[in-house]
Amino acid sequence: MTAKPTMIEFRDVQKYYGDYHALRGINASIRAGEFFSLLGPSGCGKTTLLRTIAGFEDISAGAVLIDGKDAALIPANKRPTNMVFQSYAIFPHLTVEENVGFGLRRARLDKAEMGRRVGDALAMVGLTGFGKRAAHALSGGQRQRVALARALILKPKVLLLDEPLSALDKKMREQMQVELIKLQRQVGITFVLVTHDQEEALVMSDRIAVMFEGRIVQLDDPVTLYRRPKTRQVADFIGTMNFLPATLLSDTTDGCEVEVAGLGRCRIAPDQAPPGGNGQDTTVGFRPETLTILFDGQAAAARETPGTVEEVVYYGDMTYYDVKLDGVASAVRLSMRNVPGRPVLDIGTRARVAWSPDALVLFR
Amino acid sequence: MRGGWFKVYALVYLVFLYAPIILLPMFAFNDATVIAFPLSGFSTKWFAALVDDPLLRDAVRNSLIIAVTTAILSTTLAVFAARASTRYRFPGKAGLMGLIMLPLVLPEIIVAVSLLSILLMAGIELSILTVILGHVLICTPFCIAILSSAFQSLDRSLEEAAYDLGETPFSTFRLIILPLVMPGIISSLLISFTISLDEFIIAFFLAGTQATLPVYILSQFRFPQAVPAIMALGTILVCLSILLLGIAEFFRRRGLARSGAKDTGGFL
Repeated sequence: MTAKPTMIEFRDVQKYYGDYHALRGINASIRAGEFFSLLGPSGCGKTTLLRTIAGFEDISAGAVLIDGKDAALIPANKRPTNMVFQSYAIFPHLTVEENVGFGLRRARLDKAEMGRRVGDALAMVGLTGFGKRAAHALSGGQRQRVALARALILKPKVLLLDEPLSALDKKMREQMQVELIKLQRQVGITFVLVTHDQEEALVMSDRIAVMFEGRIVQLDDPVTLYRRPKTRQVADFIGTMNFLPATLLSDTTDGCEVEVAGLGRCRIAPDQAPPGGNGQDTTVGFRPETLTILFDGQAAAARETPGTVEEVVYYGDMTYYDVKLDGVASAVRLSMRNVPGRPVLDIGTRARVAWSPDALVLFR
Repeated sequence: MRGGWFKVYALVYLVFLYAPIILLPMFAFNDATVIAFPLSGFSTKWFAALVDDPLLRDAVRNSLIIAVTTAILSTTLAVFAARASTRYRFPGKAGLMGLIMLPLVLPEIIVAVSLLSILLMAGIELSILTVILGHVLICTPFCIAILSSAFQSLDRSLEEAAYDLGETPFSTFRLIILPLVMPGIISSLLISFTISLDEFIIAFFLAGTQATLPVYILSQFRFPQAVPAIMALGTILVCLSILLLGIAEFFRRRGLARSGAKDTGGFL
């Protein structure tokens, strides 16, 4: 990734609500033109952090810099940021046109110019011809688009999106995810998205900050975040991960030697064994898709453990199995793609499970 | 059939409620001084008598001045109170709002007597102004109740969105909040106007020599020959009340329809 200039910088941002410590020292930079997500469970402070950028929330200590300027000196209505609200906040007494053009009121444009810019904004979100509609007569997806057009018409440096897709049904949400990515590429504006949906964050973002209890726990691109979560908490929050206890035997610059309960001794590459802790008792984690069931006639794998199928969950494109590996205390979850000719196993079937040390992540 | 008895009950209930009101226009247009059946003949002379009565004209004028001023004052006060109670958190809020709403359940005679003693102690002369004071006191809780629900249904993000799009707090209030709570303001004005117009106890105690309409009406009942004219006046007032409440409800429903909200039942 090329080094782009910084658009937003958080410097040790603290926020208290009375005794409640909502933001506990946020340090992060958001680059110009990137699609950045704040991901975390509800109550982790992600929306509060977004609102400090918009100016709706004062911070208790630290600094927020927008395009190099201290945001504390700029009131919310003068900041080069615009927001898409979770409830969309479409003005119900105005038409679509009046909603979209609301931000241009202050610019005192003549009627033709105003109409042209509102028309462009509506076209950008695929709502050409909807200008005269009453705002309250729109569907959820259309409201979402009006909110986007209204926020983008002022050409902000940063677009803030507060759980913008949470009110839509699954199909609509997936469609809007793709549209938002395209829109962001088209306008080139920095997007900051708040979401509790890890899949949404993975699909849409250039980089993701995972937040727990007022702190950013990990900030990485989606691939790194998924493959090499830094803590068990992050691993658990993003996708599914199996955890097995392991004993740390040696820890050198070119990797860690561990004894995994039931699986045996193996080596983990340094970038999959983030530093920290100093005990011997550790945990290794691995994703369901890194395990494979070997069917009759398939060649033996380098690492293979037999086990018994305990649970089968059929998803159409995928089948999830809970398999109790011999010598391992708890069942592990694995997923198999349902390619033609591959059987779906029954509960109780004995199976050979292949795994690879390359897929293990060490948590200490 | 149980439904049958319920229908009978509902019918009896409605007759009990509205029969006296239906009697008003009957005797208002009746050609006799005595209020009794059978009706003797159609006449509009009682309405003509109303127009010629200077005492009545004064009472109507006083009542209108009081009702209009009360409506404006109590609605204005209620806008601030409703906004503060729905939007801001401050210490002692629950207690304070409780105290403001208390006149709603306080016996009016208590309010009237205590106001009277204070005004007399302070040496303030009784007049239209003192009636307005008393009426604002009892109307404000009603206005707050109406306006609180109007402010409550406002999504806070709407204000933030307007502010985010470059408006000032004041222009946000003017462009977004005010239009959206306007139906509530209109019904608040109409309700407080109606309450003030037919309020008797406070007006009786605090009006001094400047009688209001209800006070005038009661005083006229001492003269049997004036009763049919009062019936005529009552007829006009009933029509006016229905009209005003109808307008208030119309604006409330239109407000709901415009913001696309669900009707959860109003005061009508």
